[in-house]
Amino acid sequence: MADGILKRKIGIEKEVDEFLDRVSEAGLLCKQGMDTYLKGDMEVYATFLKSIRDTEHKGDALRRSLEKDLYEKTLIPESRGDVMELLEDMDALLDRYTGLIWQFEIERPDICAEFHEDFKELLSYSVESVEADVRSCRAFFKNINAVADHIHKVSFWEKESDKASTRLQRAIFGRNDLHLSHKMHLRFFVKQVDRIADEAEDVADRLNIYVIKRML
Amino acid sequence: MFAFFLSSGLFLGWSLGANDAANVFGTAVGTRMISFRKAALYCGIFVILGAVVSGAGAAKTLGELGAVNAVAGAFVVALAAGVTVYWLTKLGYPVSTTQAIVGAIIGWDLFAGALIDFVALEKVVLSWFVSPVLAALFSALLYKVVAYWMKHVKINMFSLDAFTRAGLLVAGIAGAYALGANNIANVVGIFVPISPFSNISFLGLFTLNGAQQLFFIGAIAIAVGTFTYGKKVMLTVGEGIAEMSPVAALVAVLANALVLFLFASQDLEGFLLSHGLPAFPLVPVSSSQAIVGSVIGIGLVKGGRGIRWRILGEITAAWVVTPLAAVVLSFIALFFLQNVFQQKTFIPVEYRVTAAAEKRIQAAGISVTGLVDVRGKTFPSAYQFKKALDQHMTLTNREKDLVMAAAEIVHLVITNQVANRINDPTITNEQKEAVNQLRGKSFTHGWELEQALAEQSQEWRMVPNHKEQNEELKRKLDYVYRLTRSTGQ
Repeated sequence: MADGILKRKIGIEKEVDEFLDRVSEAGLLCKQGMDTYLKGDMEVYATFLKSIRDTEHKGDALRRSLEKDLYEKTLIPESRGDVMELLEDMDALLDRYTGLIWQFEIERPDICAEFHEDFKELLSYSVESVEADVRSCRAFFKNINAVADHIHKVSFWEKESDKASTRLQRAIFGRNDLHLSHKMHLRFFVKQVDRIADEAEDVADRLNIYVIKRML
Repeated sequence: MFAFFLSSGLFLGWSLGANDAANVFGTAVGTRMISFRKAALYCGIFVILGAVVSGAGAAKTLGELGAVNAVAGAFVVALAAGVTVYWLTKLGYPVSTTQAIVGAIIGWDLFAGALIDFVALEKVVLSWFVSPVLAALFSALLYKVVAYWMKHVKINMFSLDAFTRAGLLVAGIAGAYALGANNIANVVGIFVPISPFSNISFLGLFTLNGAQQLFFIGAIAIAVGTFTYGKKVMLTVGEGIAEMSPVAALVAVLANALVLFLFASQDLEGFLLSHGLPAFPLVPVSSSQAIVGSVIGIGLVKGGRGIRWRILGEITAAWVVTPLAAVVLSFIALFFLQNVFQQKTFIPVEYRVTAAAEKRIQAAGISVTGLVDVRGKTFPSAYQFKKALDQHMTLTNREKDLVMAAAEIVHLVITNQVANRINDPTITNEQKEAVNQLRGKSFTHGWELEQALAEQSQEWRMVPNHKEQNEELKRKLDYVYRLTRSTGQ
């Protein structure tokens, strides 16, 4: 009987890990996608688009399966609500990556060569902040005392992202040779990338509360 | 008539199931780790197993109600205790069923002019303090140890959840088994000597004797009580007193079991003493009160802010009300049954210092010079005899008990039926034969029957320094004594 319960739990632990792997994977795909976009290779870009869409679907399926298990098998009753919210928050971050890649595909912003590195840097900070979230989440499930080791890094990367975003927006609006509409279009994409880090920080704040609640 | 009398025992069993299941599964259900239905199912199955497998072999087959000497009286006492527990269960308070029974018996003692068992009363009052304090200490300590362990061991949330759930289930099952084994005698034990059941064999695989069949019926009543009415008290214990995490719920149950095992287990005491080890002092511990203490212990370790003191105050008041309400209910009900329905609720026990009794008292080393004024006189009740003894003699409590036991008049006649109706499986054939040999004999005092049986067979003799064996023999003697009395009625 207890053996059955344990087996079920091991399955869920694996599912949680797989779900978080998908979030990490989406971050890497997003970074590679942007590199490809900036290089202007839209054929390869289309493959990234497909990959990130698949990752998102897998993530969604895993989240649904986890949520179903949590409720149907009445697992972790005291933290169930928090864990559900956490999974949904992480899924929202995954969706943001996908949305960003799609937005590039749909709107095809004309990014001047001098901003390429800035865009890459900005995205890397956002991805780092989400990565710190992923590590915090893993710790939340596996070793709650280690959450603190990762969670403060989210804020660090979010601040870096804010700085890079401000710097980049200043640079964009400092260019006199660009139309205002072009500048606004670029700013929109800067904001989209920066928002990922902002949301990662919000998730970290909520996770902090969940940790306090779970402490004995 | 047997079924009618048994009904109050079953009602008491139902109330017990509704209230006491919270002691074993309350925290698990309160923290939503185990659903109420699942808890009730496991509780029911293992209460029945505990009652049938281990209940019949327990040292106290007759239970607390054994003190009541007429079946109609036992009916009322069980009913009064049952109604009391039902009332407090309806309000959602975890109370001790045993204490309700002790209260109801005191009501009977008062009505019948029997002596009040102050030792039992003292135990009840003591347990209000001892049980929660000991359990709180143990749970606080255990909680600290677990918290320390959790800080230093990396364990996945879901694995911890699985271990805690399995722990709660195993602890609950063990608790339910013990609940059935320890309490079934209180529910139907008194009806064993008048039980009409004979042995039933199941395909030659195993046989259920009369007592076990009765215990099975009683255990079903307990299980039904848990299923139909157990949720409210479970939720009081599990979430009403203080908010608890599942790990804390497990700690509370384990602390409860540990306190009961260390401070209330005669088996453990016997084991430790037999191995030359110091034993824990046996103190009156009630599981219902200990589980509340366990929850408070954890609440206090966490700073005490989460404890709902108002509910705790109400629960404490309910503990005090339990025996008191049972005394009053029992007394009033006995009055009605005796005077309105003309039922014999007690057999008046007379006391007379006969020549044989005097000899026995003298043999015990007690001076009989003070007995001059009471010698040969018949006293209609224990109360009056004790009053007379107090007037004429200065005796220690132990001496007084001895004199009273020696002078108690019982008028027993061993009829042909007695030996045939022995359905206690622990009574050996040689012991049965010894009873058979005494056919047609009559005895004025209960101890005379004991002496006669001891003369007939080695197996009816007490063995010095064998506490457990002698306890078992006393129980068997009590059984024969009751059987003899019930066939004579």
